[in-house]
Amino acid sequence: MFGFLKNYTSPFRLAKIGIMGMNVRNCRYISPYNPRELYPLVDDKLQTKKIAIKYGVTVPALIGCIRHQYEVGSFREMIGDRTEFCVKPAQGSGGKGILVVVGRSGDHYLKPNRQELTILDIERHISNILAGLFSLGGKLDKVLIEELIHFDNVFDGYSYEGVPDTRVIVFKGFPVMSMMRLSTARSDGKANLHQGAVGVGLCLNTGRAIRAVQFNSPVHQHPDTGRDLYQLQVPHWERVLKLASSCYEMSGLGYIGTDIVLDRDKGPMLLELNARPGLAIQIANAAGLLPRLRAIEKLLKDDPRMTVEERIEYSRKNFGVYR
Amino acid sequence: MMSRTSYYLIIAILFLLGVALMIYRNVFFEVPLMPSETREIWSVEAKIKFTAAKEEAPVKLSFAVPRNQKGFTILSETPSSPGYGVNFTEERNQGRAVYATRNATGAQELFYTVNIMKDPMAKDQAVTVPKIRFSDDQDVAAQARNAIIASAQSRSADTATLVTEIFKIVDSKDQNANLLLKDTAKSALLTELLLRAQIPARVVNVLYLKDKRRRQELNDCVQFFDGDRYYLLDPETGDIGHPEDVLLWEYNSTPLIDLTGGHNAQVLFSMAKKPVPVKNALSEKFKDTGLINFSLDLLPLEEQAIFRDILLLPVGVLVVVFLRIVVGLKTSGTFMPVLIAMAFMKTHLLVGVVGLLLIVSIGLIMRFYLSRLNLLLVARISTVIIAVIGIIVFLTVITFQFGITEGMKITFFPMIILSWTIERMSILWEEEGAKQVFVQGGGSLLVAILAYLAMSSLIVQHLTFNFLGLQFIIGALVLLLGNYSGYRLTELKRFKPLVDEMQAEQVAGKNNDSRDA
Repeated sequence: MFGFLKNYTSPFRLAKIGIMGMNVRNCRYISPYNPRELYPLVDDKLQTKKIAIKYGVTVPALIGCIRHQYEVGSFREMIGDRTEFCVKPAQGSGGKGILVVVGRSGDHYLKPNRQELTILDIERHISNILAGLFSLGGKLDKVLIEELIHFDNVFDGYSYEGVPDTRVIVFKGFPVMSMMRLSTARSDGKANLHQGAVGVGLCLNTGRAIRAVQFNSPVHQHPDTGRDLYQLQVPHWERVLKLASSCYEMSGLGYIGTDIVLDRDKGPMLLELNARPGLAIQIANAAGLLPRLRAIEKLLKDDPRMTVEERIEYSRKNFGVYR
Repeated sequence: MMSRTSYYLIIAILFLLGVALMIYRNVFFEVPLMPSETREIWSVEAKIKFTAAKEEAPVKLSFAVPRNQKGFTILSETPSSPGYGVNFTEERNQGRAVYATRNATGAQELFYTVNIMKDPMAKDQAVTVPKIRFSDDQDVAAQARNAIIASAQSRSADTATLVTEIFKIVDSKDQNANLLLKDTAKSALLTELLLRAQIPARVVNVLYLKDKRRRQELNDCVQFFDGDRYYLLDPETGDIGHPEDVLLWEYNSTPLIDLTGGHNAQVLFSMAKKPVPVKNALSEKFKDTGLINFSLDLLPLEEQAIFRDILLLPVGVLVVVFLRIVVGLKTSGTFMPVLIAMAFMKTHLLVGVVGLLLIVSIGLIMRFYLSRLNLLLVARISTVIIAVIGIIVFLTVITFQFGITEGMKITFFPMIILSWTIERMSILWEEEGAKQVFVQGGGSLLVAILAYLAMSSLIVQHLTFNFLGLQFIIGALVLLLGNYSGYRLTELKRFKPLVDEMQAEQVAGKNNDSRDA
């Protein structure tokens, strides 16, 4: 009768490891550390981009922005003869509504999976974004058209179609956990773990892979390309951490997920900030967030003023796995 | 830290306030905690007939009427008497209706109707303990009485057995009893004997309540007291106790009818019983009390019906809050399931679920076609709303044609909410596949069904409507859940493989360590 219980673990075991649950995240971290009035900064990617530029944080270049339905027609003009670009809702969540175009064939635009789109398809997508289809609560939205990121060659074979991005959880300016999200055929080029992307836990000290999971289970090779995921090492790791850490000063938010991509020419770039970062990163790292967050809370009680360098130094030393 | 303290303080205050309000309603207004209780209400009509003594002469008639007493609460009384003015008075603690007119001629008929509720918690305001009084004559009758008492006392231990023994002797028609019964009625004799035995007693006039009886008369009965409590002794059978269906009509040894200006007064009773929901009965009982009665019963019936629904919403909301925060179910639209559950309340579960699934699936098919037309969002949703209305009309007419009247009830579904649900599900389908649609759709349906089950419980409906205090308690619970930082049930499943893996690694690590050592 209680056979179904074997699918459940005990809450005490979870607490012992320090796994963060959704309620604890909302109640103890997001709510007290993320002031509500700062949310628009991260929920609206256009605003994120503006303050990022102001604070000298590298972001992907903006081709254009469409705010109203009557401007949809100017889209073709806006992209000119670019063959690759990315269409995004300014207030989308969870990667919804992002359309990546990687090439053209005649009148058609190509998605990363070689699917062909007409200009009408793209304009319809833009209309949908403007009408609020992908935004929280269906609010009217803006459309960002950005330059496509050319990801670093070191990631060749690690990602199927999409851009592999590095998610760093930053608490009060301390990087606390990081992972790389690799899109797969199952995830349709998207980087969300629950859609089937592979999550690779990264050592905070070195940027080297700790382990990799897909759909909650450990994997060793990328399911589509077969590359050994344990060989993964993010280059420019120090710069990645610095970029992530400086997002705290930039946004004022205490508990954020920073999504960083590595462009082969421009290095680490901030893709977006997330004021409600998910919990799956713990599975990718096989570690709980809570002990690290508590350690930082305790540390800050004694010494509230630390520079970016000091914070990174602390995180690398205490949360890293490899020397 | 201050805010935490005030947070818990507010929860505690809300909770205690809710409990106190519920107790207040329960104790002072006697609203029961469980539904489906009914109370018996007896409608008794007394018809008084008499002949006026002279022509066109004043007549005054004083008629003893019952008052609140053990087991009964008087809800309302109406004298009806063409040409008479009526007053209610109290005389020696006995309620009386006084009818008076200036010119009465010939046969007269007066009526008095009283509605009485059988009420185990009635307040006894009618009964007083009579004083012990008897004559000191030393005649033959006195000797006979003393003999009976002495004989009874020798065979009894307490008041109850003494009364029984006295009755036995009187009833056995022995020499002494026969002598006394020659010029005294049995009930009067019993009363006198009891008084002499130092037991307060009196003759009262009682009405045996029997449903749908007409032309009944009052019966004599001996009321005797043991301490504060009184018992009735039936002078015919000798039964002692307090039968449920006996109403004390005249209870202070006053005349039943006191008539001046007429003669041949006669009174006959007819009565009928009707079970009434306890609420209605009680609202009459407390109609005129000075207690603060903040009750929805005071509203017109139509508004009552509206509040009956509205006050159930917090229960559904509590279910949703619990299922989302503690269990961690995913629903499409936070409170959409509650609205669906409200619709289920009108349609009943099976019809509701079938209707909902039909509407949503037909709507989804239409929506897939719409998605090819490249419409703007607002226009598309509006189209879906119109389509949903069309589906509802179609289904209603079709089911009606087949003679299934339940089909008509699907009009209760919130159409705009349904249209948004269809829109969201359709997008979910396009973006994340059919599986997520079934997970979220199934989650919403499950939450809706659970909320429906909670809200359709008669006990819950009774409590939410009659005890506004419950709303405070629900508020306190919702506030408390807002601070729940424990794991969700779904997370225990989600992180199960991780925990198992980490423990296996730990064990493996230890084994390696021991090997190294």
